[in-house]
This record gives sequence, C-alpha cells and structure tokens, in this order.
Amino acid sequence: MSTRGPGRSAFVALSAAIFKGFLRDRGAVFFSLVFPLMFLVLFGGIFTDQDQPKVEVIQVGEVALVDDLPEGADEAFSDTFDVTTSDDLDDALEQVRKGDADVALEQRGDELVAHYTQTEQVKAAITQGTLRAFVDATNVAELAAQTGAEPTYTFEAVAVEDDSLTAIQFVTPGLLGWAVAMSASFGAAATLQGWRQSKLLRRLQLSPVRTGTLVAARIAVTVIVALTQMAIFLGLGSAAFGLSLTGAWWMAVPVVVVGTLCFMSIGLLAGAIAKTTEGAVNMANFFVLPMAFLSGSFFPLDSAPAWLRAVSSVLPLRHLNDGMLDVMVRGESWTAALLPIAILGGFAVVVTFVAARLFRWETT
Amino acid sequence: MPAIVIDDLAKSYGDLSAVDGVSLEVAEGEFLGVLGPNGAGKTTLLEMVEGLRRPDRGTATVLGLPVWPRNAELLPRIGVQLQASSFFERLTAREQIRTFASLYSVPHAAADEWLERVGLVDKADTRVEDLSGGQGQRLSIACALVHDPDVVFLDEPTAALDPQARRNLWDLLSGLNDSGRTVVLTTHYMDEAEVLCDRVAIMDGGRVLRVDSPAALVRTLDAPARITVAPGAVGVEEAQGIAGVDDAHESVDGVVLSTRTPGRVLAVLAERERLDGVRVQAGTLEDVFLDLTGRAYRA
Repeated sequence: MSTRGPGRSAFVALSAAIFKGFLRDRGAVFFSLVFPLMFLVLFGGIFTDQDQPKVEVIQVGEVALVDDLPEGADEAFSDTFDVTTSDDLDDALEQVRKGDADVALEQRGDELVAHYTQTEQVKAAITQGTLRAFVDATNVAELAAQTGAEPTYTFEAVAVEDDSLTAIQFVTPGLLGWAVAMSASFGAAATLQGWRQSKLLRRLQLSPVRTGTLVAARIAVTVIVALTQMAIFLGLGSAAFGLSLTGAWWMAVPVVVVGTLCFMSIGLLAGAIAKTTEGAVNMANFFVLPMAFLSGSFFPLDSAPAWLRAVSSVLPLRHLNDGMLDVMVRGESWTAALLPIAILGGFAVVVTFVAARLFRWETT
Repeated sequence: MPAIVIDDLAKSYGDLSAVDGVSLEVAEGEFLGVLGPNGAGKTTLLEMVEGLRRPDRGTATVLGLPVWPRNAELLPRIGVQLQASSFFERLTAREQIRTFASLYSVPHAAADEWLERVGLVDKADTRVEDLSGGQGQRLSIACALVHDPDVVFLDEPTAALDPQARRNLWDLLSGLNDSGRTVVLTTHYMDEAEVLCDRVAIMDGGRVLRVDSPAALVRTLDAPARITVAPGAVGVEEAQGIAGVDDAHESVDGVVLSTRTPGRVLAVLAERERLDGVRVQAGTLEDVFLDLTGRAYRA
C-alpha cells in the first residue's frame, strides 16, 4: 500500500468510516463483543466453582474422633466436611431427613455412627468412604503408638496441574476463537454485500482510491476489533475467573491476526455467494456456528469420537483454537503457533481466491 | 476539444442488447440529458462512459483520456452519482462527505462548504439512513462534486422523488455547468430534460434516436398543436368543420382539436365565442418520442 499523502489520508478516512459504522451497528457490536462475553461469564461462572461442595455434618455431642484429630488430618477433614455441633440427636436427624444437612455424626462408646440419607448418593458415598478412612487412620495411628511399628504402606496424592486444563483455561481461548471468527466473517460478509447492494463499491471504484487501500482499511478495522476482543477476553478471564497465561502467550496475537484474515475470507465467500446482506450474514453464521461446536470452542473434543476429531482437524477454527490453547495456557513455546499460523494463512489465501472467482458485481 | 467522445459503444447481457452502437459527443461546459424510458439502456451507456463497464464494442474518451481500463489519471477529474444512494452505512451527512473528500485529498473545509451549498447544514449530524429521499440525493450529488470535477455524471438523480422534491433539486442541478463544468444526466422525465439540458439525447432500445436541444427537437417535429376547449363549448362536428382542423374528438377534459395552424383555428373559435376553458399545447418531447418510436412514452 502506498504511504504517500493521498493514499494515507484515504486509508485513514476509510478506516475511520468503517470503524464508526461498526461501532454504531448495535447488532454487530453485540454479536462480536457482548454475546461471546456472555458465554465467557456463563462458562467461567459455572466452572470456577467446580469443587465438590463440602459435606455438611452435624456433630451430636462429643465425638472424640473428630475433636482429637491428629495434625494434618484435621485439615483434610475440614476440607471435606463442614461441621456444626448440636446436642439434640432427633433434631439433627430431622435436618438430615429434610436435606438441610448431609450427615449426623454421633459416637456410641467406641463406635462412630453416621446417619445419612440415600437421596444424595454421591455425598453419602463420600461420607462413608471418608469417615471409614479417618477411622482406619486413627486405628493405625493408635496401633503404631502402642507397638512402635510403622505401617507398611503409605499413600500420597499428587495433583497434576495441566490436568488437561481447568475449565476457564480451556474455555477462554475457545470462546475467543469463536468470537473472532464471528466478527471477522460477519463483518466481511456484511460489508461486501452491503457495499455491493448500495453500489458503494462501484462508487469507490470510480474514486482514485486503490483497491489495495480499500482492502487494507477493511482488514485494519477487523484486526483492531479482533485484538480488542482478545484484550477484553484475557482481561476479564484473568481478573474475574482466575485465567493464568503461560509463557509464550504473546504469540497468540499473530495467531489471532492470521485467524482474522482467514475468517474474513470465509465472510467474503459468504458475501460473494449470498444475494442480500442478511443472507450473507446468515450464511457466515451457517459456516461459523457448527464449526465452533466441531472445533472445541464450547467443550473439549478429547472424548469425542475419532471421526469427529478427524472432521474438526480440517476446520480452520480448530487450528485457531489449538494455536491459542498451545501458547496461551498449555505452556508450549512460541514455535507451537507456527503451524496453526501457516494453516490459517493457507485457508485465507485459498478461500479468498475462491470468493474472488465467485464474486459478481451485479446481484440480479 | 469535446469533453466526451463516445464512438459506437455497445453492450449486451446474454441475448439482451442493452446498448447497441451509440455515438455521441458532448462539448465542454455542456449540460447533456439522456432521456428514455426504463430499460432504454441509459444506465448501461453511462456506466460504460464512466469506465465501470467494459464495452463489447466501441470506445469512449473523457477529457481526451480513454475510460477503460480504469484510468487513475482521469478519476480525480470526474464526479459520479450512481443510481442507488451509495453511502457508508451509519455515518452522518458531514462524516459522509468528509470521507469522500478525503478520498480525493480534499480538505474538510471544502466538504463542509458543499454541505452548505446543497442546503444540508442543519442535517449535518443526521445519519444518512435518516435523511429524506431528496436530502439523500442532495448529499449524493454533493459527494460527486466535492473534488470539483470537470465532468459530472448523474444517473437519474431525481428518480423516486416526489414532484416538489424534484423541482427543488432542479434549482441545484441547473447551475452545475455554470462554471464550465460538463454535466451528463440521465432521466426518464421529459419535463426535467426540457428544463435542465442544453441538449437531449433521446434513447430507446439501446440506441440514441436523436440528439438536439429540446426546442429544436420539438420544432423539427411535424406534430400538430392540440387545442382543448371546455366540454360543450363546441361540438365535435362543428370543430371538425373549422378550416385547418385535422381532427377533433371528445376527451374527459373537453373537445380536443388537432391542428397545424393553431393561430387561425383560435381566431375562428374566438370569433364564435367558443373559447371557454381553452388550453393550447404545442408539441412536447413526448410527441417527439411518439414520432420517433411510433409508440407512446411510458416512463
């Protein structure tokens, strides 16, 4: 593109005109920014609180096992159980029956008795298993103290922290990919069709503006919108939902830029095929929404059947999502983004070429 | 040197011949109207002369420069208004014309001046979607003129406007060629062509049938004048008996007398005191069209 005065002033003027047109289009702003953010808040909200809720225990009277837990064990115990005390067994049982508490605990001599209901089967199982473990552990500790012998086996649990990504880590790049795909393709589709319908494209063809300047202005605005989406997603994810970015996350910026170009080309294709502006946007949506499901934007494809994963590997959104996942949250080095960038760039070139071949000046 | 030279331009869409061998010259500073019914090929002709469409045959030069392929040297010197309102969506009138000004490296101040000249200052902050039809056309014309082009093409600028808005726009259009600017305008309104244009090219079926000034077109026309008198003022038979009357018939308006000697017929009617509600109509462009094509003009 020319950097001479007129070329630059035309570029700035066109970019400003397109950007204002976007900001004033409530529908476009909603679908490219607000709508995906709603999903982020929804998913982020659902999955942040994904720890099992604690089991509510009513301790009736003295329960030595609970009161005299050895150090270390008391912490583990309070991680699982939320203990309140009561002196009234009948009242405690009534609470369990009504579901206000999960288990009532009393000690009869050396026997620990847990009263629970079968309606909450998971909690009942946790309660039984955990309490039995505590009883066993206490027994072992007593025996060890009496005999001086150490237990033969010990057990330790270690959390594996990729653990194929906590929810927000997975959800943020996926939803961002979908958001970028939507705004880039809708924008390109609506612009191409709208400008063709109003003959604005023809009018611009008769001005001294070069086609390259016009295309550059449209791309610049779409890329700015995409990077804004990225900033908002990452900002909100980190601030509100505990998203933590890994080393080479900045490499997601070129991934998003090339992804934007790729989905602009898909929008151009929709705009070239469709006959009306609404039709063009609908067709872009028809391409993007199923692709979002098949590319793991909303849920991971790890447990999806093999054929589905095979299908998804030919979809550009899958590569946009994977590229961002790799560098943003999986902690891979910046080179991991190079292949997705190449694939997305290839898609952009091929699809743009097809769209250019299908484009007709006249819609009738 | 003529501002525009059109030589044997032709364009077909499939079997349909939209423009079929049109040759035409437009002088510098001239206001030329291309008049014809819908589907006559006016827009296709104009788009070929603007350089938007590749002709199947023939050439067009504007200001001595070929228009096809896209000629970057020529574009800053021509202004175009296309049939649709070709605006950037959701911009205000002021933003719109300033954007177009920037495409031609014209400063904002000049753009604002044009807004004033077309009477849209109080609509400067109105979005283009909220402008009335007439206001939109004014803005569209201002956008075509913002870089002060030597040649302006206006494609049916008054189409779809109500009669009042059309007349308002005429005031703006009529002064466009005052400073030596060449203007080409297509229209399907006879009266518009008659009022605005120095010369009119009458077009039908992809061909230009005749080009001349409106007055000369009517003058060369061998068409009778029509004298209409109020119903009952004169009988049809009596009217047919008047010397010089070629034909007389009754219409809803009264009795219509066709004559090539309207002066003498009027004198006879006056003598007999039969002039109630008299109306005299000389030949119009409509008659010219009828004469040229053998069928009535339907816009």
